[in-house]
Amino acid sequence: MSDHIVPPKVYVGIFLSLMVLTAATVAAAYVNLGAFNIVVALAIATLKATLVVLFFMHARYSPGRTQLVIICAVFWLAIMLALTLSDYVTRDQDVAANISVPQMLES
Amino acid sequence: MHRTGELYGQFETLEQQKESAALGMWVFLATEVLFFGGLFMTYTLNRHYYGTAFGVGSNTLDLKLGGANTVILILSSLTMAMSVWASHVGKRKATTSFLIATLVLGTAFLGVKVIEYKQKFDHHLVPGYHFQIDYRVQHPAPNDDPKEIEAEKEELSKAFAKDPDLNAHAQLYFSLYFGMTGLHALHMIVGAGMLVWLIRQSIIGRFTPTYNTPVEMIGLYWHFVDIVWIYLFPLLYLIDRHQ
Repeated sequence: MSDHIVPPKVYVGIFLSLMVLTAATVAAAYVNLGAFNIVVALAIATLKATLVVLFFMHARYSPGRTQLVIICAVFWLAIMLALTLSDYVTRDQDVAANISVPQMLES
Repeated sequence: MHRTGELYGQFETLEQQKESAALGMWVFLATEVLFFGGLFMTYTLNRHYYGTAFGVGSNTLDLKLGGANTVILILSSLTMAMSVWASHVGKRKATTSFLIATLVLGTAFLGVKVIEYKQKFDHHLVPGYHFQIDYRVQHPAPNDDPKEIEAEKEELSKAFAKDPDLNAHAQLYFSLYFGMTGLHALHMIVGAGMLVWLIRQSIIGRFTPTYNTPVEMIGLYWHFVDIVWIYLFPLLYLIDRHQ
């Protein structure tokens, strides 16, 4: 890793790709895709994050054990999101309907 | 600790020393992923239940300022990456300049955030006793575009018809808005502090092609903070723009 020097050309290329993707995410937000707006927004964000991790953060040139830590981080996040959501979306009644609004916030 | 030149006693080679630091940094970043992850989880559930209020809240944000901040932050990641490159090839002056550019861009980001927060205070959109989602349309400023106010009025009356508790649910959106962008900004402030230290170290010639671990590690942190914003921007600013 320490002997691999990423040339500035790669960094500038990644920066330009990130700019294009930022423009794409704003443009896509103005198109009505119904439920798919959020899917497109998250897909673009994930693509951008992947570019940052692989090139700016040198994950592509890192040893396997460092890459394993990165994969674990994403995996643990996935566990948290998936298990919490599997609880909420499978309850037989709407949880939100049973939460009363605190008095102070009403009016 | 015993140290021979740039090599600390517990390591065999400089390469091993650097890889150990990178591994440790990534383990720290894994905990950060989960730290922010809790907030993203809360956001997901509340947006699922109170979509209308989240859409209304999101549309009050200034897309121009948010977009400009996205560009500024990604640009600062580029200058950070460039300073890592400059330190690798031993360009001491370039390393310092790129670090200063990163610090300036990071500070600019925080400055824009201050302007955005101020607008939210002015429009009574800070959760609490004085929160009022329709404050701006009730009390338009003299320089507000009347057409824009009219459109917002219509949007709000539709939203109130869908969700009578809009005022309470919009506070959930703004609590998450301030919580998530606030925690992100706190990370930026910590990063800026570390950059000041790096710039000083770089000026006194601490970094060489064989020893530049601090530049790389703080670079990893800076890019991580950039990634958090890459997710925050569409999730907070772009929920309901297609109406």
